[in-house]
Amino acid sequence: MNVLVIAEHNDGVINVSTSKTLSCVSDLSSQQTDLLVLGNNSELATQAALFQNVNSVLYLEDQRFDHQVAAVMSPVIAHLATEYDCVLCPSTTFGRDLMPRVAALLDVGQMTDIMAVTGPLTFERPIYAGNAIQTIEVTDKEKIVGTVRLASYKEVEMNNQANIKHIELPEIELPLHSRFLGIQSETNERPDLQVAKIVISGGRGLGSSENFNLLYDLADKMGAAVGASRAAVDAGYVSNDMQVGQTGKIIAPDLYFAFGISGAIQHLAGIKDAGTIVAVNKDPDAPIFEIADIGIVADLFNFIPEFIAKIN
Amino acid sequence: MNKILVCIKRVIDYNIKIRINSDESGVVTEGVKMSINPFDEIALEEALRIKESGKANEIIVVSIGSEDCQQQLRTGLAMGADRAILVEHQEQAEPLIVAKLLYEIVQQEKPELILLGKQAIDDDCSQTGQMLAELCSYAQATFISKLDIEGNVLTVTREVDQGLESLEIDLPAIVTTDLRLNEPRYVKLPDIMKAKKKPLDVMNSSEFNVSTDAFFKVIKVSAPPPRQSGIMLTNADEAFDALKTKGFFD
Repeated sequence: MNVLVIAEHNDGVINVSTSKTLSCVSDLSSQQTDLLVLGNNSELATQAALFQNVNSVLYLEDQRFDHQVAAVMSPVIAHLATEYDCVLCPSTTFGRDLMPRVAALLDVGQMTDIMAVTGPLTFERPIYAGNAIQTIEVTDKEKIVGTVRLASYKEVEMNNQANIKHIELPEIELPLHSRFLGIQSETNERPDLQVAKIVISGGRGLGSSENFNLLYDLADKMGAAVGASRAAVDAGYVSNDMQVGQTGKIIAPDLYFAFGISGAIQHLAGIKDAGTIVAVNKDPDAPIFEIADIGIVADLFNFIPEFIAKIN
Repeated sequence: MNKILVCIKRVIDYNIKIRINSDESGVVTEGVKMSINPFDEIALEEALRIKESGKANEIIVVSIGSEDCQQQLRTGLAMGADRAILVEHQEQAEPLIVAKLLYEIVQQEKPELILLGKQAIDDDCSQTGQMLAELCSYAQATFISKLDIEGNVLTVTREVDQGLESLEIDLPAIVTTDLRLNEPRYVKLPDIMKAKKKPLDVMNSSEFNVSTDAFFKVIKVSAPPPRQSGIMLTNADEAFDALKTKGFFD
């Protein structure tokens, strides 16, 4: 089959989510995989050509693609998709915003959060916040449209030299009804939550926004990203883009630390695929211990300084 | 604006721990408490607040599903919606089919604003709103945590992976709501009584010229592989050593 992958990019950099989506393509019997970059910076095409599994990069430059507004991109993608058997996109807020519009234009159903390919036309995806796994078969043989769950896939190598095709904007009227105003994000020198190998999260047990500094110290020692439970976000200790869980970010680091997190179902759903889970909590009955590989019943305010001393 | 349409889905209540059927065909719903999808409840609450601020005249709640959805529509009416529409159709219809049926309702009712939850907590698809937006050729704002209306323009804050995005869109538009937008009100007993008198129209999906053929066949629904049970330790020294033996800190 021929596969079209839609690249996600931010601030002139192809997002790692694109790499993980390309990794899913390895499980499909793809003869030709093209990576579509809709953007306004030719540097993006150069980066895109490095990803393994890509035969050609299709680069379409237009300033209207600067901010990746779904309604502006979907007609272009649907137009180009007619040549492909399968269209994939990362299951990030970018892909979840965009792909249903593409699927509707193509008049085909969409699979959200593909976590495994189990046959030529069968796929697995999580439902009920990951508390059940659905195996589904595509009955429409015409087209497969889906978003790929990042936590289920590793990044592909970046040693490719795919050819870059500059393509022209098809003659389609693009809507003017949506205007990007800006984005506000925590400036953060630590690794991104969704790609970090080590993630250190804090919950309500941290008690205050100042106490999160303890986690930042540990994170900087370990090159880790810092996350938080919904309880900590709702208490106002940290901003919501740090939230790990079903309603926040679903992550799969090699090592995950949960400090002062009781382990609500919605948080556990976000860390199920982590390699090793370490939980530190004062309450020996905290549900987090049921899924932790290493559980420590202790006061995190004693534990963290001791742990940092040990690393030193 | 004249009308706001709020689309609600009947789902297993979020407090229920789901159980998988013994034949792995789905999850057990018999005798299980059902509710309005919590994200849709937030959408309805927002619509009510817009109306209460004097910026909308009528709130219509619509659901696609079995006749049992009348319970959730009545709850929506008790929360304050003015009338309800049920399009009877099989439970668990795929999002594109739901979006096409909703499109028919949009054509009939011509609302200026359509609100839905960002996803249903059963299938976790997060598709219906965006599909409906494309079918209507409307602007969309997904995953919003803040909404302001000024004349014909909506300014929203979207919760995206990179942070908080501000977007401005023209009406008519479709908005999908995230958790932090508001906290839905509790329904009071007198409101439940009042809701019984509000109009609830029932239609059937067969009345519309919409193909309801499924795109996917569910082969099975299974439990996720359990994590192996871990070890309990008492202090930082032991934790550090345990991680070291697993190959960390090398």
